[in-house]
Amino acid sequence: MHEEPLIRLRSVQKSYGTVKVLDGINLDIFKGQTVCIIGPSGSGKSTLIRTFNALAPIQAGSIKIGGTEVNDPHLDQLALRKRVGIVFQQYNLFPHKTVLQNIMMAPLHVLHQNRAAVEKRARRLLATVRLSGLENRYPGELSGGQQQRVAIARSLAMEPEVMLFDEVTAALDPEMVREVLVTIRELAEAGMTCILVTHEMAFAREVADYVYMLDDGRVVEAGPPEELFSNPKNPRAKEFLAKIL
Amino acid sequence: MNNHEAVPRRQLIATLIVVLTLCSALLALFFSDVGAMSTLRKWMPHILKGFLLNIGMSAAAMALATGAGFLLALMRIARSAYIRAPAGLIIQICRNTPWLVILFAAMLLFPYDLEAAGYRFSVPGWFKAVIGLAIPVAANVADIVRGAMRSVPSGQWEAAEGLAFTRRKTIFLIILPQCFKAMIPPWMNWYSILALSTPLAAILGVQEVVGSTQQAMAANNSDPGLLVPFYLFVMLLFFLYIWPISAVTSRLERRAVFKK
Repeated sequence: MHEEPLIRLRSVQKSYGTVKVLDGINLDIFKGQTVCIIGPSGSGKSTLIRTFNALAPIQAGSIKIGGTEVNDPHLDQLALRKRVGIVFQQYNLFPHKTVLQNIMMAPLHVLHQNRAAVEKRARRLLATVRLSGLENRYPGELSGGQQQRVAIARSLAMEPEVMLFDEVTAALDPEMVREVLVTIRELAEAGMTCILVTHEMAFAREVADYVYMLDDGRVVEAGPPEELFSNPKNPRAKEFLAKIL
Repeated sequence: MNNHEAVPRRQLIATLIVVLTLCSALLALFFSDVGAMSTLRKWMPHILKGFLLNIGMSAAAMALATGAGFLLALMRIARSAYIRAPAGLIIQICRNTPWLVILFAAMLLFPYDLEAAGYRFSVPGWFKAVIGLAIPVAANVADIVRGAMRSVPSGQWEAAEGLAFTRRKTIFLIILPQCFKAMIPPWMNWYSILALSTPLAAILGVQEVVGSTQQAMAANNSDPGLLVPFYLFVMLLFFLYIWPISAVTSRLERRAVFKK
């Protein structure tokens, strides 16, 4: 791939107070790729993924997403977030709105799109995540896996160019992990650029085009999954993979 | 439905029985031939008219306090410190000073008459009392709203941000609608306190229930025998008005706790 990367990070630095969380991250992600970010807890994975849509502002370095510099005081954050969707570990659905309303809210109130068109898209997305029929339920009435798939549909309703997934299966029961991963896999196969922070190594191995391993705020290993998992070079990476594989 | 509710319900019924007994005893006394009672019967419409003003003042002050309280709460979470700091100061001052002093200040600082569009209005005392009573309640409503907004998980803010909602839309479409349920019991509580404080306005010459009661007694040569029955009657009026409100409030509070 010789085209421009869709996302390019250079020397990204971020600290919370005196604690350095990201320490010089470089990273290239191309359009249509599925990229997994792995690493021990506390390594800065979730912070890293939140820097992509400016939920976590950085102190130094450059994050370019499709030509937009994220680390710019004049950044139009809302314009960026319309293009970069995010799904969280805790789903964070709006509990006072039905499933359909959850999906329709942002296109209606943020993008000011036509209601009929938004509803049609919302129903189609609900079918994509295999939840047709639950339109009028409230999030509290759904299982964790169902809620997470609604959260994915809600984010997709904004028609983003990139989807970020922040440990989206970490809070789920094992049998629900699969249904969510299947949804993400289908999305990736349809050509969506997907970036996942995940502990699902089997998924990373199967679906990812490229894997970054973080430790202590640095990328310690990066490469296509077959290489990274079978032949890690960095001692920290070896140690981590030996523990979890 | 379950054991949690059974006990309060039985207690509610027991209290209801006691209150009904008490009320019928009082009613019997009220219609008896005792001289003070016939005077009370005669002056009751006048006293009730005063009480109506108390209810009206409390409702108006609560409406004002709710609006101002929401505004203060929103200012309190503003991104600019120049908005946050004065709101915080106002809330602290109004919450931590005596109501009577605030009421005096409002009565005396507020102009006696206003000029608008060429007309002169004299500002009625009850209107100034409404403002004076609304001020401390507004500060407390602000705290209720802020507390309720804080109890919404931070993930809700994050999700809204991730979907490119503006801060204003996040607050009005996502955060506040989730808070109303939690705000209702403490809000009702403050309404009760406010309604019970409306007689403070009597000190400043507003003809509310205490004022009209005093008038009624004065019209009967300030007979000391009237003091107890007349003031008991006023107490009863307040009790009959406030007790159901506080009963509903504690019911709602219990329900909110068990739902969690």
